Amino acid sequence: MSSPDRPDGVHSEPAVPSALPFQIQSVASVGALPSVGSARLTRATGMRGRHPLVWYIARRVAAGVVTLLVASALIFVATNALPGNVAEAVLGKQATPQRVALLERELHLNDSFVSRYGSWLVGTLHGDLGQSATELAEGASSTSVTGLIGRPLFNSGVLAMLTVILLIPLSLLVGTLAAVRSGRCSDYAISYASLALGSLPEFVLGTFLIVIFFSALHVLPPVALVPLGSSPFAHPNALVLPVLTLLGISLAFCSRQVRAGVIESLRQDYVTAARLGGIRERRVLWRYALRNALAPSVQTFAQATQYLLGGIIIVESLFAYPGIGQLLVQEVLLRDVTLVQGITLVLAAIYIAINIAADILVVWLVPKLRTGFQ
Amino acid sequence: MNNLAGAKPKDIARRRGQTDDLVFYGSSVRLHWPRFLRTLQGIAGLVVLVFVVGVALIGPLVAPHSLSAIVGLPGNGPGPAAPLGYDFLGRDVLSRVLDGGRPVLVLSTVPIAFTYLIGITVGMVAGLSRSLVDPVLMRVVDVFIVFPPLLLLLLLIVGAGTGAGVLMVGLVLVLFPGVARLVRTATLEASTTGYVEAAVARGESMFSLMRREILPNITAPILADLGVRFSAAVIFAAGVNFLGLGSSPPAANWGLMISENREIINTNPWSVVVPALLLAMLTISVNMLGDAYVRSLGRSSASR
Amino acid sequence: MISELAEHTAVKLGGLRVRLRTGELIVEDVDVELAPGEILGLVGETGSGKTTTALALLGYSADGVEISGGELEIGGTSMRMDRSMRSLRGAVISYIPQDPSRALNPSLRIGDAIRDLVKAHGRGRDDDGLVQRVLERVGLPGTDDFGRRYPHQLSGGQQQRVMIAAALVCEPAVVVLDEPTTGLDVVTQAKLLDELVRLRDAEQISMVYVTHDLAVVAQIADRIAVMYAGRIVEQGGAAVVLRRPRHPYTRGLLASIPDHARPRVLEPMPGIAVGVGGWPTGCSFEPRCPQRSDRCASEMPPLGDVADQHAVRCFNWQQTPAVTTIPLGAFELQGGTERIKVLEVEGLRAEYRSRREIVVAASDISFHVERGECVALVGESGSGKTTIARAIAGLHPVAGGRILLDSVELPSLVRRRSVDQRRRVQLVFQNPAAALNPRHTVFEAVARPVQLLRGLERRAIPQEVTRLLECVRLPSSLAPRYPSELSGGERQRVAIARALAAEPDVILCDEITSALDVSVQAAVLKLLTDLRADLGLSLLLITHDLGVVATIAAQVLVLEGGVICERGRTAEVLRSPQHPYTQRLLESAPSVAEAVERWEADDQDFAGSAPHGR
Repeated sequence: MSSPDRPDGVHSEPAVPSALPFQIQSVASVGALPSVGSARLTRATGMRGRHPLVWYIARRVAAGVVTLLVASALIFVATNALPGNVAEAVLGKQATPQRVALLERELHLNDSFVSRYGSWLVGTLHGDLGQSATELAEGASSTSVTGLIGRPLFNSGVLAMLTVILLIPLSLLVGTLAAVRSGRCSDYAISYASLALGSLPEFVLGTFLIVIFFSALHVLPPVALVPLGSSPFAHPNALVLPVLTLLGISLAFCSRQVRAGVIESLRQDYVTAARLGGIRERRVLWRYALRNALAPSVQTFAQATQYLLGGIIIVESLFAYPGIGQLLVQEVLLRDVTLVQGITLVLAAIYIAINIAADILVVWLVPKLRTGFQ
Repeated sequence: MNNLAGAKPKDIARRRGQTDDLVFYGSSVRLHWPRFLRTLQGIAGLVVLVFVVGVALIGPLVAPHSLSAIVGLPGNGPGPAAPLGYDFLGRDVLSRVLDGGRPVLVLSTVPIAFTYLIGITVGMVAGLSRSLVDPVLMRVVDVFIVFPPLLLLLLLIVGAGTGAGVLMVGLVLVLFPGVARLVRTATLEASTTGYVEAAVARGESMFSLMRREILPNITAPILADLGVRFSAAVIFAAGVNFLGLGSSPPAANWGLMISENREIINTNPWSVVVPALLLAMLTISVNMLGDAYVRSLGRSSASR
Repeated sequence: MISELAEHTAVKLGGLRVRLRTGELIVEDVDVELAPGEILGLVGETGSGKTTTALALLGYSADGVEISGGELEIGGTSMRMDRSMRSLRGAVISYIPQDPSRALNPSLRIGDAIRDLVKAHGRGRDDDGLVQRVLERVGLPGTDDFGRRYPHQLSGGQQQRVMIAAALVCEPAVVVLDEPTTGLDVVTQAKLLDELVRLRDAEQISMVYVTHDLAVVAQIADRIAVMYAGRIVEQGGAAVVLRRPRHPYTRGLLASIPDHARPRVLEPMPGIAVGVGGWPTGCSFEPRCPQRSDRCASEMPPLGDVADQHAVRCFNWQQTPAVTTIPLGAFELQGGTERIKVLEVEGLRAEYRSRREIVVAASDISFHVERGECVALVGESGSGKTTIARAIAGLHPVAGGRILLDSVELPSLVRRRSVDQRRRVQLVFQNPAAALNPRHTVFEAVARPVQLLRGLERRAIPQEVTRLLECVRLPSSLAPRYPSELSGGERQRVAIARALAAEPDVILCDEITSALDVSVQAAVLKLLTDLRADLGLSLLLITHDLGVVATIAAQVLVLEGGVICERGRTAEVLRSPQHPYTQRLLESAPSVAEAVERWEADDQDFAGSAPHGR
């Protein structure tokens, strides 16, 4: 049977609906998650041809920077261009004309839009994300946004890290188990449990956990009180419920995706061919099925990590955990525009970085993408 | 001479799915509707969904007390006058629960409708265009995908204030890129098939192509995504209310009720558990239905 | 291992019975016997059960399928046809799958993949020498470098050789090949077939070659078993069966295969192949059989011997007519009666532009098609023939040259053509499943061009649709059906009806029969010939199959790498090709008629026995 005479056909990712309840195409602008057709590291001669992977990384990082730039513009526009006088909103009841004027001058609110954006960007490159409006209004000594978000960022990082460390092995285990026992009782049990668990909003799951572990069992605190300045590791009890909540939902999602990926892998012709060649089932599972299910799993975990960025906002608020999510919510309530800007930019940068890392990892894992065609 | 004509409908029906390999991803959505609803999963999901939606829609009509009236001591447990007890201000939990569903539904359904309207249009146009329109549209879409959704919502709120309008606009912005990408991918796949090329060769207009050729064949992935996306809308809407950034008091909203009653969780857990349960039932049932639909597609396409 | 088996039959399968888990039978009453060093061709169309039978030889059944009966002996040892054969798979009996690009683990280097098999059967401890040697045996470089390649870095032919190497590395006695040349071009296919014969000769490996292509089987098989509806209907020596088939199905197949060496009028078989679960009582072939008698509808004929080593499952086998052969040159195709040029292509050039490169798909293409004529454009995949067809249809931009319809230049893209121009040139695609909108009924599909391009009024349309369906020999009862309810052949007819609906002058047929079963192909080709005669249609036939060309095209253009390398009247080009590429194509393309003639010559040559094959 002949194929159309094209150098390579149109390849598009199959539209797989995600079970995690929000849009998750982990795509950053240029060069979406590489599919066979799009990541062409090929046919280039000379320098580019000899180190396709390096070139790919360079391109992706450059694209990521561009995306971040665009994101920063969006952030700035969203916070500053919409109606509402910033200074008045921040000062709230204490808004006297003099104090408003003073605050406006300190925040350079009377400068042109473009110059404010420009100076903010330049400052970011030096690590200075501006000054918190509320802190300025109160006349506090430390008003630097960068300084204010340091510790909360660390705390949230701890939460996220713990969750991810547990998430990856557990979901691989559960997903593979369900896939191998596909169609049997254990698979149905896992699938439906994941469906139910993964459908829950975080605050609902967290609430149920509080009711169980605090109200009923009295073993864990309902709030994650970590005193200011101390490390969350010193208060492990406080970490359990938030991590469990985040883990519950992301585990449900990831194990379903892993399961789907492994099932798909097991259906491939090369698995059948290996079995027909007499290779033992254990080896077929590891070397033929799972090995090729790795790349999609990487994408899944990247998506989950990105989900966590949003999930910690809710979870930290629910448990009053002193992380960046809680800080963000507080500052949104206080209309502290500059602080919110800074936090959002940092989180967006992390989000984009995760994307890039995942893409690079996938290209490295899949020989066809890594070596290009010859 | 030719008995090619002789094959009876029975024979044809039996041959269905056997002779040829290609299966149409979007084939006969009509046939699938009843099929996926007939499964246990589909029925369970539907029943629960109808129940929750019923509570949300009819609730306000049957609530015994007004949602803001203080009728008892804050934090008291269930009693004869209040089957679900009293909330942190002393209001009747049952009434507030009955009132709290409608805002959740409105806040999620309206944005979803717009999400699909915009998302499908953008996706199809991008998928069909072979010019610069496609990359440009996709860059715009990607700008929104870059953010964790909740973050984008918070960003908009800090800029434009709390309120239902901001929230709904924010939800559309957060949800439509996924739909657009999905539709674009499906459109791309559909547009490289023979029947679309045949239509192009016939000189069909762009609009006619979208309506007659592409749209009927991409309904399957769209519907498969609907469950997940709708529950996402619910979760975000309720989540923003949970954070206290949504409807302002004394409005009743399931998400808000969970956060505001946290302090009395020990004395009257129902004030928190019941709205949480209802939200859970809503999102789970929607996801169940979506999953049942996807499974029914999968089964019919696996004929070998 | 192999020498031990020399005294025994290599494979002996008796009474195989396979069914779906839901109970429907897929294969029944199949016996297969193979001597060492023998090649058995297992022939059948879609739904015949040939692949299932082949897999059962390894004790393998797909999901949802179970082997419910039968006895298997390999090398004299009895086996249970299930998982217990796992240690033998790949070691005593191995399998070469159809599509090598999907059967190789994309994450494993090919050397490692072959080594996996060696280790699985304990044939050596990381013995690189073994891997390198087996690669060389199949004509691939046995170097380290080559062994470090990934599957995607190999061509289709190389991938298939790797599969063969993997199948041979543990020195099995029997190799089962499942349509191993699918997707390969004719020249590579010929090389591969030569390899197989050479391997068989050198090492006495027995092979079961599963295919639908009788021409290929004629090249290499010693014996043939023809399967229909899950049963063997005819079995015997290749020479015997192909020269004088006794079962009406076998005869029908042979009569419907287009042959480039001995072209003739094809005789399509009526009816549709029976699929799973559609087995009637009595003989499965009876509904379509021209020799049926009353007995056939109620009783299943047994597989009985008609001569030494030749068995047939038919009551009326004696009535089976021979397949008529016509001497070369006696088959004349009608050219166009009027000498009016309907379609002219002058210096056409078509390109593919991507961000980084420009690939020229076709250049300097010039030819014309006269009214009522059929011109064939022949080439392998990648030769540019599809691109040319698409360019003429307006689906691909023209980078140079012009296309003239009735001496009026056609704008390059469809958008800029007039309604009339769009109407007069129609394209029929290769894959009928993808060419029809699955959400439109047959009626809607055929009616649309009528409505859009001819502007017929509403009331007249249903009648017109019925007429068109009749033109393609489909009943109007098919009109409300959806494509998913039709067979491949029916879908392709609907596609043709849709093309006819526009009342075109020229129909471009892009590999329209490649995706169809052989018997169905013949019917469609006959339909085209009839339409050409009745309606004075001009046809531009795009194909890679020289047999099809010989059967219906009066003029042929041979394409290589986007350039026409030879052209002329079909009969002449096929008889005495001038260009080396054409010569290579003709040498490589298998032909049943040539094989039969060779056998007949061998028979008359009493001195010694000449081996089969090329």
